[in-house]
Amino acid sequence: MKVKDKPAKQKVKSILGRYQGDPGMLVSVLQDVQAEYNYLPKEALVQVSQGLDIPLTQVYSVASFFKAFSLKPRGKHILNVCLGTACHVRGAVRILEEIERALGIKSGGTTKDLKYTLERVNCVGACALGPIVIVDGNYSGQMKSNKVKPLLESYN
Amino acid sequence: MVTLTIDGRKVQAEEGTTILEAARENNIYIPSLCHHEEVMPYGACRLCLVEVAWNGRQRLVASCLYEVAEGLKIRTNSERIANNRKMIMELLLARCPNNKAIQDLARQLGVKETSFKLEDNQCMLCALCVRVCQEVVGVSAISLVNRGVDREMATPFYEPSDVCIGCGSCAYVCPVEAIKFEDIGDTRYIYWPNNSMEFKLKKCKTCGNYWIPERQLEYIIKETKLPLSAFDNCPDCRD
Amino acid sequence: MAKRKTNRINSPQELEAIRESIIKSRDPSQTCIVVCGGTGCLALGAQDVIAGFRRKIQEGGLEKKLALRITGCPGFCEKGPLVVIKPENILYQQVRGEDVAEIVSETVKGNIVDRLLYTDPDTGKKITYESEVPFYKKQKRLLLGDNSNIDPTEIRDYLALGGYAALSKALFKMSPEKIIKEVKKSGLRGRGGGGFPAGVKWESCRRAEGDTKYVICNAEEGDPGAFVDRNLLEGNPHSVLEGMIIGAYAIGAHQGYVYIRNEYRLALEHLTQAIKQAEEYGFLGENILGSGFDFTVKISRGGGAYVCGESTALMASLEGKVGEPRAKYIHTVERGLWEQPTNLNNVETWANIPLIINSGANWYSTIGSEGSKGTKIFSLSGKINNTGLVEVPMGITLREIIYDIGGGIPEDRKFKAAQTGGPGGGCIPESLLNLPVDFDELTKVGSVMGSGSMIVMDETTCMVDMARYFINFLERESCGKCIPCREGLKRMSQILTDITEGKGKDGDIGLLERLSAALIDSSLCALGSTAPNPVLTTIRYFRDEYEAHIRDRRCPAGVCKLDAVIRK
Repeated sequence: MKVKDKPAKQKVKSILGRYQGDPGMLVSVLQDVQAEYNYLPKEALVQVSQGLDIPLTQVYSVASFFKAFSLKPRGKHILNVCLGTACHVRGAVRILEEIERALGIKSGGTTKDLKYTLERVNCVGACALGPIVIVDGNYSGQMKSNKVKPLLESYN
Repeated sequence: MVTLTIDGRKVQAEEGTTILEAARENNIYIPSLCHHEEVMPYGACRLCLVEVAWNGRQRLVASCLYEVAEGLKIRTNSERIANNRKMIMELLLARCPNNKAIQDLARQLGVKETSFKLEDNQCMLCALCVRVCQEVVGVSAISLVNRGVDREMATPFYEPSDVCIGCGSCAYVCPVEAIKFEDIGDTRYIYWPNNSMEFKLKKCKTCGNYWIPERQLEYIIKETKLPLSAFDNCPDCRD
Repeated sequence: MAKRKTNRINSPQELEAIRESIIKSRDPSQTCIVVCGGTGCLALGAQDVIAGFRRKIQEGGLEKKLALRITGCPGFCEKGPLVVIKPENILYQQVRGEDVAEIVSETVKGNIVDRLLYTDPDTGKKITYESEVPFYKKQKRLLLGDNSNIDPTEIRDYLALGGYAALSKALFKMSPEKIIKEVKKSGLRGRGGGGFPAGVKWESCRRAEGDTKYVICNAEEGDPGAFVDRNLLEGNPHSVLEGMIIGAYAIGAHQGYVYIRNEYRLALEHLTQAIKQAEEYGFLGENILGSGFDFTVKISRGGGAYVCGESTALMASLEGKVGEPRAKYIHTVERGLWEQPTNLNNVETWANIPLIINSGANWYSTIGSEGSKGTKIFSLSGKINNTGLVEVPMGITLREIIYDIGGGIPEDRKFKAAQTGGPGGGCIPESLLNLPVDFDELTKVGSVMGSGSMIVMDETTCMVDMARYFINFLERESCGKCIPCREGLKRMSQILTDITEGKGKDGDIGLLERLSAALIDSSLCALGSTAPNPVLTTIRYFRDEYEAHIRDRRCPAGVCKLDAVIRK
């Protein structure tokens, strides 16, 4: 989606308005932009830089610093594998490897068909049910390697 | 003025100055890599750490940031300080094994080899280039991007910058020559660690030498409001 | 023209009047089905249970007979989804959607559904009442106890329990100096990990020069295995807000921020709603309760950076910059956010304030140990039977937490170590199980209190692998500014990975120790300076495991895949 289009530019403008153009709210602005486009498009970042009157270098540094942001388009479904200590102790790494194998991508990557993005995430605080995989905000607890394929298939 | 003691020696320093400044003014050696008097201190290289007597203990502080105070007792060298400096240099040597300035500094601080696997970088992320571009030049064309071990110096999106004026201040201030620039014919080339840019140079009306990037000139004109004609000649050919 | 109805409360008298009317409008003897709607239980399917109860109560026209309350986490996460029948406090555990019909029909008749009761693993007997469950018996739930009586999206529940009475008392019956004195006297120490006396911090901030001051609530709970702050914000957000307003009044700040992890969706929702309701009722905004004091709170979301749990990095992020810490030679209470005096405290610290103001510092200081007053909430996880949130008086022993409350190790395995304080904390071995858990005792053995995460490990955990795990975590979270942390963690990670892959060399332990010393001494911030703790404590207490990996290429716990490597 091109931000140069009138309606798209308006979207970023209204996000900036939500925070009254306060440069201190840059991270929140970027989160809203990412929620809108599923990643941070370059044109949007340029517009944010102008709208908040801060250097583009600052916007780009912040966008590349925080792991919540993706500068590349992400997949339709976002898979988060929790690698917190409790989940690690219960075998989360094997779950991650199984998903990487099934999708053919490494964590941090997106499938070529833009269907799935796989990300590792720090402890989400549901340690009683580790290992946890979260797909589009839906939690699947007590994951096992043999539950991975059925989980992925349910999103086909 | 305040009086403080550095390595048993009483020195005087103006209030508001840092231990590092006070030491250098008195020819007392404290190594540093990320410090430069033209920009705000950053405290990233950790080489300038000194011991300050604090609540009965010796506290390690960055002398580039810690302000002098009346009666402060400082040690610029001890086994602890020496060990820290050595480890920092070992880490830097492993990061930039082929960088001459880092090799020289390591040797100076007593480090001949490193216990770690060798990489091959030139830049050691002191951010002097970034800070000079932001604080002295004022255009903020470059910055440190990414986080942690992936940190590097780059322009936004690693693409040619819209605001870089090609002044070369970044190359000039880099303590380890990780940024290079050269003028060939009518073009200036700046090579940063991860990308590079070209700039068209302006020709002197009198001697015909190419002397300044046009972009830099545009910037100077914008800031000073002087007419373009004031820059027809290079500095050598001006009255 | 019709008068516009407003909820705004304009005086302490009005507050008490409204509180009374709320209490009077409720029948304490009415049966209430309380369902945990916290993230943990939701992940176990509580949504079905909640929907089921709503449907069944509506279908049967039972609204008058059965009240339904969706609350925050009551702590016993291992046995979720949890349902409590009040006022008797009958506890049902591992409730499924299919169980709802029976619970409703039996509860209406005044019966108990035996099969859903908790079974004591030692006696084999069923336990009916929540307070008799061993998990709850030794706890002292000053902060968490109210969770099952509060719907976090309903401020009137909080008011019914006495909410905002502390604020009223602070604004009208105490001066800022008196409040600070009381907090100092209570002995409350920061619950975010630093353990700095909160009252002393407040005093410094009040005394600092500057007309514009800020208070911040640090809810960037980044330690893996910690979900204390998440629970407090999900289950009782007003307790945190009330603490912040009192603190702001004491310090002289008019603007507050809650910096919350973006991943905490539900906590963010509940907090947002709580702020809105607090504004509606006049507890936030201008002229609070008619006192003349103004204070507003804004929410700022984190971007997925553990380092932003460090106060100066957090403030940098609040200024729209990258989360890089800075040296704290000049404290943030003097020059913090936007170079103004700023008081930052952790969620749990703020939540303790209303308690202290209501019941007094004298009472508060009778709880806990000599150097650590009050209670601490721990999030128990790992190889333990009763995973969940426990609130205990400081000074209780590790053994009591792990065995009496935590129910011991699953499958009768042997306890090996507990990691407290997250990645900057240390591993505590079996020989120290009788350690009283408080700030100073933990520091003495090489660990830290941290935010309260407690991860239990058994004989099937490899301690070298755990050290590697924590260093990897910190390596990924390092901001990258200073050389010791950025380069040092990278090298520690390489060495530990080599060891766990059978490529360890003689001298590796010494090198790890040398690196550790440099990180402790010369890192810019606490992320780097505490990073060596898990490595140093595992070397201290489990050196034999390191040596087995290096010398014999063997992992005693059977975790590491040590490929056959030809040694040079």
